[in-house]
Amino acid sequence: MLSSIQNPRLLRLSTLHQIPLRCLQTSTTPVPTPSSPQPTSQILRIRKSLLSRETTAVEIAKTFLSRLRRTEPQLKSFLYVSPEDGVLKQAEEIDRRIQNNEELGPLAGVLAGVKDNICTSDMPSTAGSKILENYTPPYDATAVKKLRENGAIIVGKTNLDEFGMGSTTEASGYQVTANPWDLSRVPGGSSGGSAAAVSAQQCAVSLGTDTGGSVRQPASFCGVVGLKPTYGRVSRYGLVAYASSLDVIGCLGSSVADTGIVLQAVSGHDKFDATSSKQGIPNFASQFIPKDYLDSKPLKGLRVGVIRETLVDGVDPDVISSLQRSVSHLEDLGCTISEVSFPSFSLGLPAYYILASSESSSNLARYDGVRFGNQVFADELSTLYGDSRAEGFGSEVKLRILMGTYALSAGYYDAYYKRAQQVRTLVQKSFRAALEENDVLISPAAPSVAYKIGEKKNDPLAMYAGDIMTVNVNLAGLPALVLPCGFVEEGSSVLPVGLQMIGAAFDEESLLKIGHIFEQTLQGYSFVPPLVGDDF
Amino acid sequence: MALTFFRGIKTCPLVHYPSAYFARKNGFFYCTMGSTQTQFATQEKQQSGDSKVVPKTYRKSPDKLLKDYEAIIGIETHVQLNTSTKAFCGCPYSYGAQPNTSICPVCMGLPGALPVLNSKVVEYAVKLGLALNCKLSMDSKFDRKQYFYPDLPKGYQISQFDVPIASGGYVDVDLPVEFGGGHRKFGITRVHMEEDAGKLLHTGTGNYSQVDLNRAGVPLLEIVSEPDMRTGIEAAEYAAELQRLVRYLGVSNGNMQEGSLRCDVNISIRPIGQQEFGTKVEIKNLNSFSSVSRAIDFEISRQVQLHSQGQADQIVQETRLWEEGAQKTITMRKKEGLSDYRYFPEPDLPGVTLTEEYLDGIRSSLPELPEIKRRRYENMGLSMQDVLFLANDINVAEFFDATIASAADIKLAANWIMGDIAAYMKNEKLSISEIKLTPLELGELIASIKGGTISGKIGKEILFELMAKGGTVQGLIKEKDLVQIVDRSEIEKMVDKVLADNPEQLKQYRGGKTKLQGYFAGQVMKASKGKANPKLLNQILLEKLNTET
Repeated sequence: MLSSIQNPRLLRLSTLHQIPLRCLQTSTTPVPTPSSPQPTSQILRIRKSLLSRETTAVEIAKTFLSRLRRTEPQLKSFLYVSPEDGVLKQAEEIDRRIQNNEELGPLAGVLAGVKDNICTSDMPSTAGSKILENYTPPYDATAVKKLRENGAIIVGKTNLDEFGMGSTTEASGYQVTANPWDLSRVPGGSSGGSAAAVSAQQCAVSLGTDTGGSVRQPASFCGVVGLKPTYGRVSRYGLVAYASSLDVIGCLGSSVADTGIVLQAVSGHDKFDATSSKQGIPNFASQFIPKDYLDSKPLKGLRVGVIRETLVDGVDPDVISSLQRSVSHLEDLGCTISEVSFPSFSLGLPAYYILASSESSSNLARYDGVRFGNQVFADELSTLYGDSRAEGFGSEVKLRILMGTYALSAGYYDAYYKRAQQVRTLVQKSFRAALEENDVLISPAAPSVAYKIGEKKNDPLAMYAGDIMTVNVNLAGLPALVLPCGFVEEGSSVLPVGLQMIGAAFDEESLLKIGHIFEQTLQGYSFVPPLVGDDF
Repeated sequence: MALTFFRGIKTCPLVHYPSAYFARKNGFFYCTMGSTQTQFATQEKQQSGDSKVVPKTYRKSPDKLLKDYEAIIGIETHVQLNTSTKAFCGCPYSYGAQPNTSICPVCMGLPGALPVLNSKVVEYAVKLGLALNCKLSMDSKFDRKQYFYPDLPKGYQISQFDVPIASGGYVDVDLPVEFGGGHRKFGITRVHMEEDAGKLLHTGTGNYSQVDLNRAGVPLLEIVSEPDMRTGIEAAEYAAELQRLVRYLGVSNGNMQEGSLRCDVNISIRPIGQQEFGTKVEIKNLNSFSSVSRAIDFEISRQVQLHSQGQADQIVQETRLWEEGAQKTITMRKKEGLSDYRYFPEPDLPGVTLTEEYLDGIRSSLPELPEIKRRRYENMGLSMQDVLFLANDINVAEFFDATIASAADIKLAANWIMGDIAAYMKNEKLSISEIKLTPLELGELIASIKGGTISGKIGKEILFELMAKGGTVQGLIKEKDLVQIVDRSEIEKMVDKVLADNPEQLKQYRGGKTKLQGYFAGQVMKASKGKANPKLLNQILLEKLNTET
């Protein structure tokens, strides 16, 4: 799709750059030449330092673990942290393999956090809900299995709004995660723990899930990169379902390249998920061209559509100006900018809440206290069900189950569920049309920067409205990348702003390429929160 | 993976299923819940108070009342498919296995597990849809039917709602001769795919129940008939024809006792001439065709009694249970309004798309179906009784077809199969594919008797040998020296000897006691070890008895 902007020189260099990733054999001589720049990708940096014997996997793991221990009491990103000896044992194994010149996975030595609604057979997987307190599944989610197969070390399970229902982590059944940029603010949600953990460098990368923006909005709030793949790109097997037709496992990292490398690892058809796609997986790493090799207009000819409806009243003016600066930046890189209008844009939000609630009311029926999870003893079956669920679910979950049950009830189905499906079709058509005219569409990732903990807790509608930028993408099943593009000052805090890029179905490749170039050429910004300090 | 949990819940009376409905078994279970013991005894009492029907006599005394009414009967049938794995996961299913030994995250409904459709389920559904003369939906989908019950792990059943895979068909039925015979055509409303639920096991002490999820996720086809049946016999024959079809197609073992074929009957009555339907009652727990028939006849009688006594308002929309022991139906649960299952499209499964090539492939693989077979047999000149017997079981029909393919006499082949062979199978509890006799040898046997090589009596002896041990007709005849004696002089010699050995009887015969001819014939046959041609023997014997004075 972007072949018009790839000049031969870029292609040649990109092939060169992909070598350390593709090469599974440990080589004694590091592949990048001494003059090659330090990659922005943390995964590639780790790999480079391991292969060059500059450091060991154990050393890397210890650094992350000590930072995790130091920051976790304030942040509360994790619901469960793997025992240190277990993590170090896995690191030792990687070091042993390096010593023996054995095959090394692309994620070898990379500490990864996994959102707690993704099943892990060796750690509890509660989905942030009391109804699954202490529940450890008998199997690994396919994405987790693939992370492990690629050499990643799972450092723990990250906090989230219960079952992914929320935008702040305040709806977690266990704890509220703080934003590393300002501990009095929310990290966003529902993958708030995953975003905060990467932002604070408690782990190198993490998996999140995105049903209506749950990877992208917290990435924006925490100043990290969040990638929501196309629906079907990553298997949902082992993802505790919230809204099955919208749920996607996504990647969070401190660079665009990191999210691409993780996506590479977890993508692909899975015989255990009938909705996973058989679409071929391109080599995403080939898009990560080092800055020094870029020419002055690396994105020449790229058509970028700015979604008009995302820059209107109700969106923070500082967010709008950040976006406008990003637009100028893209223009400088050679992009052709145009404005795109989505008449159906505002309809996406109510349609999303009807569909997501409807599906969740069904998906959460299995938490009945009979086979697993919280059970309240009762004299009657209906009381057993009622009490177990009343006690196990939090109020946001109950609210959505009630809304969904209502929307699917006889007599209301046509007015709500069916109509919402019609809106969904409309949204899909609008996106298809807009993406014929444009290579990517851009918008803010959220209408505001991170807000205060408690600020919107009692105003669900205000919180839902915060999803306006992201839900349409889920309805259309498209891939989207959020990356930090600037800062907004709020009192004494400096808070990151996220730029969202939306691509055509299964064209994560373009998003990663543009995102990577954007990230490399963005001058004068460091998205490392003050909390992490100098040890990073 | 056999996860086991032991949990207790205090007793609660369930309104959903009676404990008696489930067999009690021992083994290890992982989940418990309240039981339901006493409810039904009370219901039974109430019921017997409600109705004055005496089940044992109502059929004997021809009830004129029944003639004034007509019953409207429709049947919902669930057929459990014999696919090697469940509908949406890789677990095998075998009836009677230890509880919770054939389960996985998918059929247990664990968080994060997803269904993946077994393509055999679609194939079997298409087969049955075609066999029922249905229109197939080229694009159908799965939906979720939502309700809470402990045997339903996900809190919803994956089923098909508004777009079933097949609809608008019919089935041809020939009623048994002993019930008056006749041909009927019953409409099929729809056939759809869905998954089975688990089973609740209730403890003897009755203070908790347990869940066995082995059956959860086993594929089912639900077949809904039009309300076209009018009598218990028609309904039973409809069910029997479905069983025949699924067995012919090889999609299910159709075993009612094991619950592989389950019939729920909907029945209402109305005075003859009335247009609108009466209140519909559902009957469950019908474990045989005869219980289908008898339950319906009982229910018709019960409803007619109430109606004719001006108590039509006591016929309420409810689910009733057939009690095999008492031979009557009792209230199981009253319907409180329509249940709202909140159906919506299953987002975890893509739609089911059929192609014409796929359908053609399946169509051409279908066996000759029972109705076509019956018409063919009928045209061969067989009586309806023979036709129904032979076409009832596809293996028997195939045996018959193979026998007559070797040019054996049609009527004789039918008689052998329906007579001695059927009796042997029944005694030995064997199916026709388990006996050692081959259709080829049966054809040979029939030909040998017809051609006079062996007598019918010898033929019978050989038949049993062939069924039990196998071998060939020629081989046995040779081995046992059983070739019929048709040599006149040889038989004459034997007759002469018998007459000489029995002077006293000969005297009596010639004195007028001609009945003794049978005695002499028996003696000669005995001397020939049964091999003498009986016709020739009698001819010679008579000549000798009557001529040598």
